[in-house]
Amino acid sequence: METFFQLLISGIAQGCVYGLVAIGFVLIYKATEMVNFAQGDIMMLGAFFTITLINYLNWNYFLAIIVAILAMAVVGLVLERVLLRRMIGESPFAILMVTIGLGFVLRSVVGMIWGHNPRSIVTPYTDQSLQFGAVVFPVADVVVVAATVVLCGLTFLFFRYTRFGVAMQAASQNQLAAYYVGIPVKRVVAASWALAAALAAIAGVLLLPLKSAYPEVGLVLGIKAFAAAIVGGFGSLPGAMIGGLVIGLVEIFTKYGIDGRVGFSVSDTSVYVLLLVMLIVRPSGIFASMQRKKV
Amino acid sequence: MRFVLKTDYHRDVDLFRDKVQLGWYAALIIFVLCVPIFTGKYVESQLTLVFLWSIAGAGLMILVGYTGLISLGHAAFLSVGAYTHAIFLDLGVPPFVSIPLAMLFCGALGVVVSIAALRMTGIYLAIATLAFAMIVEKIVKNWSSVTGGNAGFRVAPPELFGWELNSTSYYYVCLVVLLVVMLCVINLLRAPTGRAFIAVRDSEISAQATGINLIQTKALAFAVSAALTGLAGTLLAYQWHYLFPDSFSMITSIKLLMLVIIGGLGSMSGVIFGAIFMTLLPDGIATLRDWLPDAIGNLPGLEPFTFGLLLILFLIFEPRGISGRWKKIRLFFGQFPLYRNKTLRRQRSFLRTERVH
Amino acid sequence: MFEVSELSKNFGGVTAVDKVSFSVAEGEIFSIMGPNGAGKTTLLNLISRFYDVDAGTIRFDGQDITRVSPHEIARFGIARTFQNIELFERETVLQNLLIAHYIHRKTNVISDLLFLPRVRRQEVQFRKEVEDIVDLLHLQRYREQYIHALPFGVRKLVELARALCLRPKLLLLDEPSSGLNPEESEDLSYWIEDINKEVGITILMVEHDMNLIGQLSNRVLALASGRSIALGSPMKVKDHPDVISAYLGT
Repeated sequence: METFFQLLISGIAQGCVYGLVAIGFVLIYKATEMVNFAQGDIMMLGAFFTITLINYLNWNYFLAIIVAILAMAVVGLVLERVLLRRMIGESPFAILMVTIGLGFVLRSVVGMIWGHNPRSIVTPYTDQSLQFGAVVFPVADVVVVAATVVLCGLTFLFFRYTRFGVAMQAASQNQLAAYYVGIPVKRVVAASWALAAALAAIAGVLLLPLKSAYPEVGLVLGIKAFAAAIVGGFGSLPGAMIGGLVIGLVEIFTKYGIDGRVGFSVSDTSVYVLLLVMLIVRPSGIFASMQRKKV
Repeated sequence: MRFVLKTDYHRDVDLFRDKVQLGWYAALIIFVLCVPIFTGKYVESQLTLVFLWSIAGAGLMILVGYTGLISLGHAAFLSVGAYTHAIFLDLGVPPFVSIPLAMLFCGALGVVVSIAALRMTGIYLAIATLAFAMIVEKIVKNWSSVTGGNAGFRVAPPELFGWELNSTSYYYVCLVVLLVVMLCVINLLRAPTGRAFIAVRDSEISAQATGINLIQTKALAFAVSAALTGLAGTLLAYQWHYLFPDSFSMITSIKLLMLVIIGGLGSMSGVIFGAIFMTLLPDGIATLRDWLPDAIGNLPGLEPFTFGLLLILFLIFEPRGISGRWKKIRLFFGQFPLYRNKTLRRQRSFLRTERVH
Repeated sequence: MFEVSELSKNFGGVTAVDKVSFSVAEGEIFSIMGPNGAGKTTLLNLISRFYDVDAGTIRFDGQDITRVSPHEIARFGIARTFQNIELFERETVLQNLLIAHYIHRKTNVISDLLFLPRVRRQEVQFRKEVEDIVDLLHLQRYREQYIHALPFGVRKLVELARALCLRPKLLLLDEPSSGLNPEESEDLSYWIEDINKEVGITILMVEHDMNLIGQLSNRVLALASGRSIALGSPMKVKDHPDVISAYLGT
């Protein structure tokens, strides 16, 4: 029973990281109909920014996080301006390939600068744990969950109550109509990229105490987060978060529940099987938002 | 500019536009036939790789360039082809039985994928094929009793009717296979079957209205594509001598996609251009390293960096790839000085969302 | 020869087509008119089977085609055009018309792969047939051009030509005059008449241009909010009080 709870919390924590990256996917998709395959790599870059600030420049942990998040938002803006704005009107496939190319570039650039050794940071809560009865939680897991809850709340408030948030929602539903009613669509699209990159940076920061960072960490994590977005319906922010939790839990429980018994790594494939089954059975996800083309 | 006067419907069906074009292609083939005589083993093996990647690329081109279906998981078919063939060889099956069997198996797998992907389009299909390839990769890795897992699987040397082939004769075998594959694919594309692929690519709705069965056509495209990629896999197995699961990772799938994009989507000559480009690029980077200052030249990530950067640059500035650029250059000189930039202007479409909220 | 009875279609509670019945006689030009949102295009999409029928039947040449797949419709001898043009954009006019010969093919994948002599003979035969249609619609000068380089009016014509390549018995036209200027629209009405009179194809057309309808059609069905409100000769339907109130609002 204790193991169950421990697995549950670490699954949820892992799921939160997936969910945050997935929210980035969905944000960009909703605002621009672009699928950004480099989202995981942007997360990785955010993690490396934080590592540099803390390990090399000896900054304060919280200051470093804030600066890293802001820096990543700027990176998001620059990527949109330099790269993705040129691709407006191209086929979704071409855009997907551009972001795949971007992933290659980011991974190799990070590899060139920081090398390929796994790196981590010491946080104020490293190696600390909380105890509830017989169950021991690492504080790192709890921090991830708490931070995600706060972030989800903030995102909700932003989209519900701020002018810009509402404008972003409008632009995501109908770009042309939003443009006609005076919403600065280009700025909204740029903001979506900035927000997505900032969220990815937060996910990277939260991931660091759980897992060390290396240039390829974003590749597989990105695919899993993508799976989360698909499971959640790829058009719904809460869906992406729920999808993230589903993927995190499935992964951890197949790892500890099945792998040991069958002597075969099922957990490696479980996420992809889930993704494939989801796409076959219900390609529109739990929270459907796709429709057939009209004639 | 040369004008071709078509006085007969047969001229429109023919493989080559006129005798001049036929002559150029014949000269090219004679040149390629002579290459091993003049050059060393290295150039020979690099060209063999170009042939093999061209075959794999031809398979993917049918799917992506002509049927408009995106596969981010074609390395899976390469892997299944290579491993099936190697395992059959290990069991003592002769190559000319084992290769068709491996192709058949890949084709069948392609049909299964297409049926699973019936309701998916665009990006969703790409992700589904990616998931499929990930699963295949993990199975190959974990099923070590059959595939050797990460320790690798040794491939028996190539032989033809009992004669072991050396690298030069293998070069010719691969060239012949490539020529046959190209001929077959081009035949398909100038006949009703291939036109059905193109119809599905450009408008599924119109394709249906003109009597094309979407499910059947997509399954067929997947089958042909997977079988050809599988064929490339069987031949690559010989070339590599040892098979490792990591040779068929997601990166391989993406490199295959890069090959068809950089070569030029919707063009069979693009496949060859792309294969040459992708095979020569690592050599080019290696040469470049000597010229660059050590600080940059010795960096390990230079190759993926260049791949990624070139992919982005091509997509932004020349989405029709090398073959598209080649056509423009020919048109420029052919119509000089009449050529205008707008002659082959790109079509952009406005965002038409298919979502409902 | 073509008959629709009690056809209905709902979209999430909204009845787009409500128990519509009519029949088209051989050799006729039959028009369906109605204000925006009357369900005209939905009706056409039901007939070409892009939408599933909720209730009612569609019969053609004595066969029930209510439940056949969309791609089989062409084989029954029904071709159609689209309101917003759905051509194979990245191909030439010639290729577009050749694609439409798909249902007439007598070769299979294997023979195509090997390009056997009969595939070659078939290709030549297809090209001869394409030339007949190119001649009929005067498309000679556009034959080798790519669709995306053509003006809108020509694309409409190419779509018509592509539909004719199927050698249909019944041709469905979805708003043939939409997006055309008056001259092009005038030209189009002659083509439609030619196709009907000289080639002998029955035409079922959805249209909002009353002039075109009056000029061409033998009979007209007026729809409003998914229901049929009048059926008869163009003059009669045009002056029908329900039709006038549907157009002007009540």
